[in-house]
Amino acid sequence: MTELILPAVISCIVAFVVVFAMTPPLIKFLEKRNMAVKDMNKKENVMVVRPGGISIIVGIVMSELVLYAFLQLNEILAMLITTTAAFVIGYIDDRKVMGGWFKPVALALAAIPIIALGAYDTDLAFPLFGTVQIPVLYLALIIFMIPITGNTINSIDVLNGVASGFMVIASFSLSICLFIMQNYEIAIVSLPLGFVSLAFYKYHKIPSRIFPGDSGALTLGAMYGSIAIIGGVEIIAAIALLPAVINSFLFLSSVKKIVEHRQIKGKPVEHTNDFRLKATTDKSAPITLVRLILAGGPLSEKQVGFAIFKLTIFSGILAIITAFLMDVIL
Amino acid sequence: MKSSLYGFLFAMWILILLGGGIMVTLLGPFSIQQFGDFNWILASGIKVLIALVLVTIWILILLKLKNWMFKKEIKF
Repeated sequence: MTELILPAVISCIVAFVVVFAMTPPLIKFLEKRNMAVKDMNKKENVMVVRPGGISIIVGIVMSELVLYAFLQLNEILAMLITTTAAFVIGYIDDRKVMGGWFKPVALALAAIPIIALGAYDTDLAFPLFGTVQIPVLYLALIIFMIPITGNTINSIDVLNGVASGFMVIASFSLSICLFIMQNYEIAIVSLPLGFVSLAFYKYHKIPSRIFPGDSGALTLGAMYGSIAIIGGVEIIAAIALLPAVINSFLFLSSVKKIVEHRQIKGKPVEHTNDFRLKATTDKSAPITLVRLILAGGPLSEKQVGFAIFKLTIFSGILAIITAFLMDVIL
Repeated sequence: MKSSLYGFLFAMWILILLGGGIMVTLLGPFSIQQFGDFNWILASGIKVLIALVLVTIWILILLKLKNWMFKKEIKF
């Protein structure tokens, strides 16, 4: 355990510093190239650059390579290849509008390195009831897990700072769970995700100076999903991610098909005269987490963001309780 | 509304724990012995089928729960 402290500290510093230092020049570079989109939740015509996924992936790759130099785990390589592939998929989607099926299918293919490098265990562990061995089913779970986590994080990236702030809470909750379960190596592998998200949050928080874009959201989501698989904490990871899962669930159950957000005609959220957010009365608009939060009345963008963070802290606590329950068998 | 969301989150957590229990109980001891080399493939196929049925039931319960918990707030 003590021999892991040095690589853990170095990789966390690298993850944070790289993203923190690289994002401002990236913002200037993207501004020069006019790679900006309108911030829809601002009264003025505010343009925000994207994709910030470039600094996120550099931070992840550099910090994980540091860890690989120390630990030389196949799991790190598998996670890195899958995460990088997710970044490329997201970057393609940032530059060129792709169909609704592109990302799920491409992300499913991105999960193949985890299988190819054997960075998984076919036992699915449940709290209170033990494990179940499902060799074939587990392969399907790997293929589905990366598209689900990637698109889930992407779907919650709707307000300033929400995706990165959400990932800070969810990934640190997952790291705590891995430490509780004494899976120290993968716990350390998971830490850079939290630090990368934290550094990016500095620039993504309201008022955003940069958006992560699909490349950033898919990178964060795919890394989270990969850690869940290589750490054998799939159930706990799903619990820590519950607010985003609810968002996707509400969206899919109201739209009833896999579709890009930009293809939806009715908007779930409208603006008041003072540009606070309010839930739409349009029955054709999809149900989302933000729409449900706003059902009680209009709120500012910042208030909605904090409401989501509170829900994420709640689900993080549930995930930590679940990690303790893993050792309890009825 | 926000308390309903916390309630829904908690209900999802309970459903995950219960669903896991049912999965371990049903799939854990499941095995087939009579078909020689095909035992493994058949057992896996049936496990996949049972898991799909369980997931479908899980989603249906969640849909009912969602409609029950949020219908008052949003008329959809």
